[in-house]
Amino acid sequence: MVHVVGTSARRKEGPEKLAGHARYVDDYRIPGCLHGVTLRSSIAHGRIRRVALDPAFAWGEFVVATAADIPGQNVVSLIEEDQPLLADGEVRHALEPIALVAHADRARAYQALEHIQVEYEPLEPVLAPEQSERLFKSFLIERGDVAAGLAAADLVVEGEYLLPHQEHAYIENNGAACWFEGDGTLVVLASMQCPYYVHKAMKPLFDLPGHKIRVIQAVTGGGFGGKEEYPNLIAGHAALLARKAGRPVKIVYDRHEDMLATTKRHPARIRHRTGVKRDGRLVAQDIEILMDGGAYLTLSPVVLSRATLHATGPYDCPNVRIRSRVVATNTPPNGAFRGFGAPQTLFAAELHMERVAEAIGLDPVAIRRKNVLRVGSALAVGQVLHESVGAEAALEECVKRSHFKEKRREYARWNWRTDQPTWRGIGLALVHHGSGFTGSGELYLASKAAVALTRAGEIRVLSASTEFGQGTNTMFAQLAADSLGVPFEWISVETPDTSRVPDSGPTVASRTCMVVGRLVQSAALQLKDALLREHGHVPHSLPRLREAARRLCGDDAERRFEAQYERPAGMQWDDQTYRGDAYEAYSYAAVAVDLEVDKATWEVTLARVIAVQDIGTPINPLLAEGQVIGGTAQALGYALLEAPVYKDGVMLNAQLTNYIIPTALDTPEMEIAFVGAPYSNGPFGAKGVGELPMDAPPPAVAAAIHNATGLWITELPILPERLAAADRRRQAPRARR
Amino acid sequence: MTPSAAGLRLRVNGKPVRFAGAPFTRLLDVLREELGLTGTKEGCGEGECGACTVLLDGRPVNSCLIPICQAAGRRVETVESLGTEASLNVVQRAFLTQGGAQCGICTPGMLMTAWAYVRGGGSSEPAAIRRELAGNLCRCTGYQHIVNSVIAALRARRRSHAKQRSEPKRTVGRQRKPATKPQARRR
Amino acid sequence: MRGAPATMTVLRPRSAAEALRLYASNPEAIPLAGGTDFMVGWNAGQANGLTILDLAAARSWTHIEATKAAVTIGALATHAEIQRDKHVRRHLPLLVAACGTVGGLQIQNRGTLGGNIANASPAGDTFPPLAVYEATIEIASARGRRRVAFGSIFAGVKKTVLGPGELIEAIHVPIPRTPSRQLWRKVGTRAAQAISKTMVAGLLWLGRDGTVTELRFALGSMAPTVRRLSKAEAFVEGKRLSREVIHEACALMKQDVAPIDDMRSTAEYRLAVSQNLLAGFLTRQT
Repeated sequence: MVHVVGTSARRKEGPEKLAGHARYVDDYRIPGCLHGVTLRSSIAHGRIRRVALDPAFAWGEFVVATAADIPGQNVVSLIEEDQPLLADGEVRHALEPIALVAHADRARAYQALEHIQVEYEPLEPVLAPEQSERLFKSFLIERGDVAAGLAAADLVVEGEYLLPHQEHAYIENNGAACWFEGDGTLVVLASMQCPYYVHKAMKPLFDLPGHKIRVIQAVTGGGFGGKEEYPNLIAGHAALLARKAGRPVKIVYDRHEDMLATTKRHPARIRHRTGVKRDGRLVAQDIEILMDGGAYLTLSPVVLSRATLHATGPYDCPNVRIRSRVVATNTPPNGAFRGFGAPQTLFAAELHMERVAEAIGLDPVAIRRKNVLRVGSALAVGQVLHESVGAEAALEECVKRSHFKEKRREYARWNWRTDQPTWRGIGLALVHHGSGFTGSGELYLASKAAVALTRAGEIRVLSASTEFGQGTNTMFAQLAADSLGVPFEWISVETPDTSRVPDSGPTVASRTCMVVGRLVQSAALQLKDALLREHGHVPHSLPRLREAARRLCGDDAERRFEAQYERPAGMQWDDQTYRGDAYEAYSYAAVAVDLEVDKATWEVTLARVIAVQDIGTPINPLLAEGQVIGGTAQALGYALLEAPVYKDGVMLNAQLTNYIIPTALDTPEMEIAFVGAPYSNGPFGAKGVGELPMDAPPPAVAAAIHNATGLWITELPILPERLAAADRRRQAPRARR
Repeated sequence: MTPSAAGLRLRVNGKPVRFAGAPFTRLLDVLREELGLTGTKEGCGEGECGACTVLLDGRPVNSCLIPICQAAGRRVETVESLGTEASLNVVQRAFLTQGGAQCGICTPGMLMTAWAYVRGGGSSEPAAIRRELAGNLCRCTGYQHIVNSVIAALRARRRSHAKQRSEPKRTVGRQRKPATKPQARRR
Repeated sequence: MRGAPATMTVLRPRSAAEALRLYASNPEAIPLAGGTDFMVGWNAGQANGLTILDLAAARSWTHIEATKAAVTIGALATHAEIQRDKHVRRHLPLLVAACGTVGGLQIQNRGTLGGNIANASPAGDTFPPLAVYEATIEIASARGRRRVAFGSIFAGVKKTVLGPGELIEAIHVPIPRTPSRQLWRKVGTRAAQAISKTMVAGLLWLGRDGTVTELRFALGSMAPTVRRLSKAEAFVEGKRLSREVIHEACALMKQDVAPIDDMRSTAEYRLAVSQNLLAGFLTRQT
């Protein structure tokens, strides 16, 4: 019986956060702890000739570490091992870490950095991906015959779309504290999304076996992918200093350093050549993708993979060719960011769909209805969608709630008048987003989660999935409570600590509910079985629960029930041919953006956003809505405000004063709705929700701006300067510049 | 805090405090390091994010930009003055029921700005609330649930004031706190 | 955070008079009002080891007073206090509007008008209104007082004409006769808490025959210092605001400003927007 799933149960760790008692990494008072700071490269590419400590400086009171101090391998473990923990010999990007300094006084530690001189032999940097000759990864996906499709088309429409970097701008900067226990165990306490990634990364650095490394997640102030892989690096740094100092070391970045040095969203250039029939049917999609990975591989192959697999948009087209590449440049490595490649290619796909619609004279809703994925549709990689395809339902609901057609007519009349101070427009976009790791990814992860009953009668969820605002703790407790048939208040979720929790895989890829939640559900059902066998029924009161717990546990402190990932029946994927079921399930969204453009200043004011999602079952409507509104705000920032400015491979506007994220006055009121049927293999019918909200708003904004002004702006962000320049070019095409 | 004849005096969360350290220590660091009040956070050090917001003589300020010598003789309120897990105040409760906190790092600062606004009887118009909160950046919520939280807190406070006015006075002088009601589940 | 408190020397006068005396004998000290600009650089480690003159106790400089002719704003009145003051609200609405966009609420509760002026940023939000209101800056030092017209207070980017030992004591703003039209607008990087790309303040008086009696129009963020459009102002005087006159006024704008490309915006955009805002102001009926 379902009691709390589907309700807006209270955030489990809410009271602690609201009381100001939640402890983020910089809130911990660790006795004897030193502050660690990082010396970074000032050039984008070069060889290190010398790292010289000023002999006149009082180095005796400091701890200094370089690559030479690494007992194991100088490597940041991720997909490949191409990134050093500390640059040794060659620097491949500006801000690359070279040395570390620790001191009890943070200001003093920073002061010491000014007394270290690095001599470089500069090398020519490659700063533009178009000029790179170092390929990280490429993909080719083909379906049918794209040349024949283009030939058979009534019209071929081309377009090029440019996406910039994006900075996560979590309000809590990256930070990690490390120390070694008496028995040599390395303890890491950090702001992070993936404790087991950090756990794995510490092993080769310090030549330690797994059981001698303990990674604990501190309460984490926002992630968005920016704390998926980056903590491997900062934790490695803190641990290295701690090892040399023989004391705990905490490294917490200030905003400027975090923006300068940590990962960003991959910039992309995407080209579309689309063949379409007069009736609006797509007959060919020829797509080229070029992404900039920065100096090291990090997660670029997987980002490119997801970008490639979403590049067509949520449409069924018989002839498809997607050629994608991610290359190296001498810029700080790019990494995971909510959406993970899909926001880039879906921007291109959806804005291109608008241009195709205009070219053949079909309205944006009609062309999407003509091509949208349905149950039974096949994707370019061969996957057939057997169930839970709410794209059309989302589209129809979005069109209805936004009064799309009426507004288009109303705004056409408004824009026809020359005496209005603004243009008005409404635009929409339709997207899909695969839940879980791509292809065989979940199989390789082989994630586990557990539910434990302690001798004292506490029911605890144990997983490595981290809470960083999305609602992991609350959602897991809801799933466990209803699976067991006990009150929500009886369930607690343990802090992810690798000495306690199994490896549930990373908290990324919109997998936490659908994949790990399913494991939590499964483990809870095992506990339920045990209680039924032992007790005849699930205890109705806490005293009875404690009795049952004492009997079940005997002399043990707890009884654990663990579940491990099993690939859904019938799902298959071939890594070699890159064909099969790319994702277990897809979530869908349709978003309409209603906006105004000021004719005097070209400023864009958002009037309203209507976002409709198919995520199967929203386990907690308030939290799900929170994910959608928050993700939409972040996507609106990407679309209109956020522009990292680079010179010589260094971000110039690395402060919150100059990297512009939305304030409460920049985000409009949003109407959020959920549609679609429960997904049969999701826990209580749930699919993923975390990343989906990033995908549709940017192309919807661009479509609305086109509707308002008649201008196609195909590069993000759509700054007033870009609109103004396009508008003025249009007004005076032959004027001398 | 070492009691000494020298040092700056101020009031923090209703209690007198004496600080004998460097007069240019930031108010934020006095709160966090000296007084152990780590609820107030540092997000940017530029006065942009508002995570360090405290009330100074009742008004929201960025404590990362205030040297302690400029807070001498003044009244500081931090998130720790609002309530505890067991006894959240009206704004904290509203944030809990309306989803105003996600990762929680902006929350203490956001609560202080919101509390000053609610305490001062601000307007329930979303536009007015958004203007008031524009100096508190949030990257998680997209602000809507925060606005809803402030509206709910204003409503709850008006109801509890109305209830107090309609109840016969049982004590003279001091105001009694209204009994807390169990929160209805938001569906 | 790279500021080192232990390296700072802090002078803490207990009154405005004492502040002037201390400043005279410590001319290298940095006067600190609300600190909303200085502390950003200090947090970044750019001001360690310096001497600070803390003005927090100069309470006599926080008052706002009004006569029939003028409003006098103490240099240490905060942007929030200025917005709340009934005299400013009644007589100087452009200044109220500008103070409401200096950063966010938290900055407005600390930042002062005097501090804003002394900081002399090309993007000072309060400067275009003060320029069209033709304020006077009252300067004090241990040696005495002097006054400088607001239009002459700035010497360049982040530079004023204040000499050693001189502090801004008050800003004297004559109450203008009721204008036919007024405008304040800031075009920033986002809707709130934004640095401006351009901003304008305008006062227009029209005669009964519809000709221009006087135009005062100032732009911020369009040059190293705030600029009055003296050429455009002189051109429209005595004329009817026809389309041609407005067009010429906008063209003349270029001679009085020098917008740049920077990480926030482009010269082309800034100029186009400024011209549009001037044109809009001169065209509309209200």
